[in-house]
Amino acid sequence: MSEVDLFVTCLADQLYPGIGAATARVLEGAGCAVAFPAGQTCCGQVAFNGGYRDEARAMARRFLDAFEGNSPVVAPSGSCAEMVRRWYPVLFRDDPLLLARARSLAARTFELSEFLVRVLRKTDLGAVFDCTATYHSSCRGLRGLGLLEEPLELLRSVRGLRLVELRGYDECCGFGGLFSVKFSALSGAMLASKLDAIESSGAEIVVGTDASCLMHIAGGLARRGSKVRTMHLAEVLSRE
Amino acid sequence: MSSGLPPRIDMVGNSERALADDTLQAQLRVAMPGSRASRSAAATEVPEWEELRSAAARIKDRALAHLDDYLVQLESRFTAAGGVVHWAQDASEARSIVAAIAREQGARLAVKGKSMTTEEIDLNPALEAAGIRVVETDLGEYVAQLAGERPSHLIAPIVHKPASAVADLFTEKLGVPRYERPEDLARAARTVLRSEFLSADIGITGANFAIAETGTLVIVENEGNIRLATSIPRTHVAVMGIEKVIPTLADASVFLRLLARSGTGQRASVYVSMITGPRRGDEHDGPRELHLVVVDNGRTRLLADPALREALRCIRCGACQNACPVYGLSGGHAYDAVYAGPIGSVLTPAMEGLPRAAELPFASTLCGACADACPVKIDLPGMLLELRAGAAREGLTKPLDRLFARAWAAVMGSPARLTAAGRVGRLLQRLVVRQGRIERLPYPASGWTAHRSAPPLAPVSFREWWQRRVRAGSDRSAGGVR
Repeated sequence: MSEVDLFVTCLADQLYPGIGAATARVLEGAGCAVAFPAGQTCCGQVAFNGGYRDEARAMARRFLDAFEGNSPVVAPSGSCAEMVRRWYPVLFRDDPLLLARARSLAARTFELSEFLVRVLRKTDLGAVFDCTATYHSSCRGLRGLGLLEEPLELLRSVRGLRLVELRGYDECCGFGGLFSVKFSALSGAMLASKLDAIESSGAEIVVGTDASCLMHIAGGLARRGSKVRTMHLAEVLSRE
Repeated sequence: MSSGLPPRIDMVGNSERALADDTLQAQLRVAMPGSRASRSAAATEVPEWEELRSAAARIKDRALAHLDDYLVQLESRFTAAGGVVHWAQDASEARSIVAAIAREQGARLAVKGKSMTTEEIDLNPALEAAGIRVVETDLGEYVAQLAGERPSHLIAPIVHKPASAVADLFTEKLGVPRYERPEDLARAARTVLRSEFLSADIGITGANFAIAETGTLVIVENEGNIRLATSIPRTHVAVMGIEKVIPTLADASVFLRLLARSGTGQRASVYVSMITGPRRGDEHDGPRELHLVVVDNGRTRLLADPALREALRCIRCGACQNACPVYGLSGGHAYDAVYAGPIGSVLTPAMEGLPRAAELPFASTLCGACADACPVKIDLPGMLLELRAGAAREGLTKPLDRLFARAWAAVMGSPARLTAAGRVGRLLQRLVVRQGRIERLPYPASGWTAHRSAPPLAPVSFREWWQRRVRAGSDRSAGGVR
């Protein structure tokens, strides 16, 4: 049984613990022994994207300590996984010791669908879910980690799930972290066209791999009074 | 203007005004998806597209690493072919050089080919002040000039303008009937421009590439106006940034393929002019004098910064603008600078200073569509992040942002603090949660609730649930989670 460290992400921890629980169950169902390193908090992406590198480095250092072991680190978020993999080495580029640790952590950090399909080579986890669903590919997962086929393959293996295409699937939903607050109108306009595409897809459920984008989309759907619901990929895959 | 500093670019306000402009929105909704689709189709057609991009990036990096050598080689070959090279440290020096050449020629009329570098150095007003009439001859640039506007896009200068507005403008400025069809509008412009070409004393263009080994200027266009501007007038002056030099003629073949497909989705540009020296004794056409003005204007600042140097690979194709969802909704003018869109948000701080341009690097979701479209693989999101860090370091971000980042880092400083903050948050949110949602939050979080509901903190956090689960030994007795 392979051991895995769950990096739940601060958003799932505080706002969507169900996503964390589903991720743990999916990983266990795939034959992993899941540990939750209790020292983890936030990867620091919020501060990093805001330009506050000292604050981001402090959080990243804590993260390096929390995930000190050798197990793969799996997150239900492409954007947080990309933060560790791609940007931790940038954060520590002037500190050779921390850089080495950051690189080694980067090499064993994965987004959930990436880990299931590319590392464990599993696409059918036995999930059953009778619904019509579409998939929103979050930008950091799609372009940062190159993930598109992995989540789609997992969804295609869910019994009863009818997958429909999302127009403009590779367009950003407009979240962008603090962008959604600072450039509220632009973000709202980007969200509106994403919601239009989702509603015209005919799906009952929009599935994503990032709680942050799902939070954005769910908030927009709720504000519109839409019947479409959002679900994280892990929540779909843990349906039996 | 008592402070002497130009006002800060208000990207937030400008983009809000752009979103409220129905004409602009209608125009962008038509134009932007089309240009994205044609680039994507043109790129997909080339099996070795990714290899081409990597090759182009490598060539540019080599050219930039030895820029001093290549520029000196270019100067010597360009001079040997009979041209004159001028060096300009900044925009004002570049303007003076061009104005001096025009004055020496006794020029009265200058025809211009499309050139972003001359926009960057704000050349036209300087020439007009020197008594020289300047006529833009690229159709889009001509329209922009008549309208008194700045181009809003690197290769589609009036992408913001519907044809009906051009029809009105031509009727007003050229006294022609109100033509509806674009081809009639083009014909009206051509009639005016043809006579300007024939009487012009000087032709001014940019240059897409300058080949060091041969001293050749490579200029790409679709309308033929640059061919005319570089062959009819007595004098041709080309203005380009220092980063336009490439080592060899063979290198140009890589860029010509990438540029046309990335910019307009064409397989090749309609005209590619390769100019080596002015007219020779036995030739029948071409200018008698050829000048090249090589401009720095902030570029060596980028060159000196390892984190931003890559931006100098840019070949000004406009693919990042077309790909960018922020550009697609706000239009180029919202950036209030010569270079708009993702690459503009990197170049403008270098040219006009980060204090003026500090908001631009934040006008992005970092979605990465720009970097994917870039034919020379510039890591645009990475550079925007570097510039954000620069803005934070120089105290150019809002105090509230800084406070937020510090508070966030403090809360995330230990699991105990996070748990404590979560408890406080769950108490406080009782004031705002209605039916399991939050519809209104105070400033600055009101930016979120303006367009979407917010979720409340979960009654039980994941870490609390996990502890219970571990203690209970099973999911069931740990209880459910939301």
